[in-house]
Amino acid sequence: MGNIAEVVSKAVESYQKDPTRLLDVIRDVQDALGQVSDEAIVQIGHLMNLSKVDVEGVVTFYHFFSKSPVGKYTVYLNNSAVAVMMGRGAIAKAFEKEVGCSFGSLSEDGKIGLYDTSCIGMNDQEPAAIINGVVFTNLTEKRVKELVTGMKAGRNVSDMVKDLGDGNNQSELVKSMVKNNIRQRGSVLFAPYESGSALRKAVAGTPEDVINEIKNAELRGRGGAGFPTGMKWDFCRRAQGERHYVVCNADEGEPGTFKDRVILTEIPEMLFEGMAVAGYAVGAAEGILYLRAEYMYLKKFLEKVLDDLRKKNILGKNAGGKTGFDFDVKIQMGAGAYICGEESALIQSAEGKRGEPRNRPPFPVQRGYGGYPTTVNNVETLCAVSRIMVEGGKWFASMGTVQSRGMKLLSVSGDCDKPGIYEVEWGITLEQLLKTVGGSGAQAVVIGGPSGTIVGKEAFGKKVCYQELGTGGSVIVISKKRNLLEIVHNFMEFFIEESCGWCVPCRAGNVIITNKLEKIMAGNGTKTDLAELESWCKIVKGMSRCGLGQTSPNPIATTIANFRSLYEEKLKKVEYETGFDLLKSVQESCKVANRKPKIEGH
Amino acid sequence: MSELTFFIDNKECKAKKGQTITEAARDNGVYIPTLCDYPGIRPAGTCRICTVKVNGRNMAGCTTPVEEGMIVENKTAELEDMRKAIIEMLFVEGNHMCPTCEKSGNCDLQALGYRYTMMVPRFPYLWPSREIDASMPKIVIDKNRCIQCLRCVRGITTADGKHIFGTLHRGDKTRISADPELVAAMTDEQAQKAMDICPVGAILKREVGFKVPMGKRKYDSAPIGSDIEK
Repeated sequence: MGNIAEVVSKAVESYQKDPTRLLDVIRDVQDALGQVSDEAIVQIGHLMNLSKVDVEGVVTFYHFFSKSPVGKYTVYLNNSAVAVMMGRGAIAKAFEKEVGCSFGSLSEDGKIGLYDTSCIGMNDQEPAAIINGVVFTNLTEKRVKELVTGMKAGRNVSDMVKDLGDGNNQSELVKSMVKNNIRQRGSVLFAPYESGSALRKAVAGTPEDVINEIKNAELRGRGGAGFPTGMKWDFCRRAQGERHYVVCNADEGEPGTFKDRVILTEIPEMLFEGMAVAGYAVGAAEGILYLRAEYMYLKKFLEKVLDDLRKKNILGKNAGGKTGFDFDVKIQMGAGAYICGEESALIQSAEGKRGEPRNRPPFPVQRGYGGYPTTVNNVETLCAVSRIMVEGGKWFASMGTVQSRGMKLLSVSGDCDKPGIYEVEWGITLEQLLKTVGGSGAQAVVIGGPSGTIVGKEAFGKKVCYQELGTGGSVIVISKKRNLLEIVHNFMEFFIEESCGWCVPCRAGNVIITNKLEKIMAGNGTKTDLAELESWCKIVKGMSRCGLGQTSPNPIATTIANFRSLYEEKLKKVEYETGFDLLKSVQESCKVANRKPKIEGH
Repeated sequence: MSELTFFIDNKECKAKKGQTITEAARDNGVYIPTLCDYPGIRPAGTCRICTVKVNGRNMAGCTTPVEEGMIVENKTAELEDMRKAIIEMLFVEGNHMCPTCEKSGNCDLQALGYRYTMMVPRFPYLWPSREIDASMPKIVIDKNRCIQCLRCVRGITTADGKHIFGTLHRGDKTRISADPELVAAMTDEQAQKAMDICPVGAILKREVGFKVPMGKRKYDSAPIGSDIEK
């Protein structure tokens, strides 16, 4: 057991016992020992002067940490709806057969562990899995056999990657088989870009000028909520605090979104420069890129990009050549939690805590990272900032629709011929989009991911924009051959798994409504059940604390609204079987009182 | 101290700057039900029972500070039904055995159940399997009765500020747990405080039980909130 003490002490020392680095300490222990046991937890607590239960709380909150052993090789196979649509079931069976244990457990010799995981941002190349941090896409049963044989023989996981993807996926520091699948380039993100040009222009003016330019562009946050970026920066700049922070939210976890992964792979310079511009605007010297654990394979590459930017003086002291403006960026890894895409939960996590959203007020722009004013912006938003600096707010605002300016990056997956990344102008109709991606004839489209809306044919004429069909980027096409209710059920299981558990309606409510959905799907539901399900969705949405619970019933609520017949077909034909005839029994008294009986259904 | 004017269900109310909606309501003789909130500890907003409508938006009264001219809806039929639903969710989410519980009559959840005239929860029981942790000295933690309000997590700390209680896991698997070393070092007064701060019977002090007989307990003579309402 000396080994545990050694590993823990080394991990704790390498982060100088800094409690804000607790996630990093735990990750190092997890990687070295294949688990974070009770003994390790107690020792981390002692060395960092934290209570055991606080350390254990963090270990048990994140999906990629485990108290029990997860094996020398740990397979995390995506179980999101699109993965299932693309054949995840057969792949899972193949893994189970070859390894000899079922998902959620460890092989008998303790060598290989098989686990489910929520969407890993590879929806355009599913089925996909992460094995010891290495991504394997487009899995086939044959490939699974090869991989398991390799693992059993003790091969290095990264050596088992065969064909590399395109672009920077081939970089020496990435060497990944992930494909970019950039299908359509627009003028904001995937047009040629000269590194350094945005910051040069930004620092030539005042921070207020920068904020005004972003306001003129009418840029709204690209993560999904669509809050005006200029306004956010303005609030942050004006907030009192010794220091200010810029945090980039690279925790895209909404099932079906993978656009940020492609940005991080292909145009990270544009992103980091956008962070520097934000830093200049709000008066920050430090930026944090909060990167989801699923994208760990990009970390070394991104560190190198940051180094290069320091050499070019786009980051560092007197950044962009502006005397007195110092700005640098560090990367903070997540550890597997969808909720950390919520900005205040992300901050909690970046501070080394459980990723539970904070109550507001105060808002992050008032009191964010470390208690200091913080602007949290999406990856795509910050890239758009760089382009706006170069081309001007007016240019940007000339594209799109009235309340949705500029272009939007869409991650398209599911039943279409050309899944991948599309940079489109806001305002494109769903019909046009489906035609472009080769998804015409779809039964339904999930726009904005599970937390968004599921629409049918009647809505295909609607525009993709905040006023009609808003989205953070996830678009999932569902053909007629799919059982839509099963997809809804998959989404609900996702929310149950990913709820932080803080508030009652989200923690208990999502389980309750999913049970009711299952009752109806099994053919045991009645009209009353359907009516209750509808009203219970409203309770969860109306009473939950953060965006997760306020949107988690959407898969059910929007399909009841748009595909009601799918539910009704499942209902028992009678509401309630009884020998008692209510209408008949009140007839006489109604007659005496000269009233007509008002009974539903009669 | 500057005073703010605001309105709850059209009643003009006064608040001190920085007061939350529930605090100010209490001072004005208006009852907004609370459960996870506890005087003297930082509000967490876990239970959502205090949800009110502010400018058309649902907000937790315990975490939202009053602002000048704020218009708060409190006792609407819609909100009261959703609050009742929360109480029902808590009853079906755990395993609550009121008749034998040491906290019966002193239990905030039970008292709210009575106040909201809950007969049978509208939701089917989930019957979870939850553990009872009797491994530690001084206290027993019965997770069957825990409502994860986090009062113990927020309110019971060591002299140097360490958490004695904490939260494990997430989602519907979220459970309260305690640091055994720190529990062992608790004083009797702290153990009593932990039991008292717990709104339900999840934290029980060892050795002494049922000291005050049923019938003579906090909510036995008057419903919860009746001390506030004027």
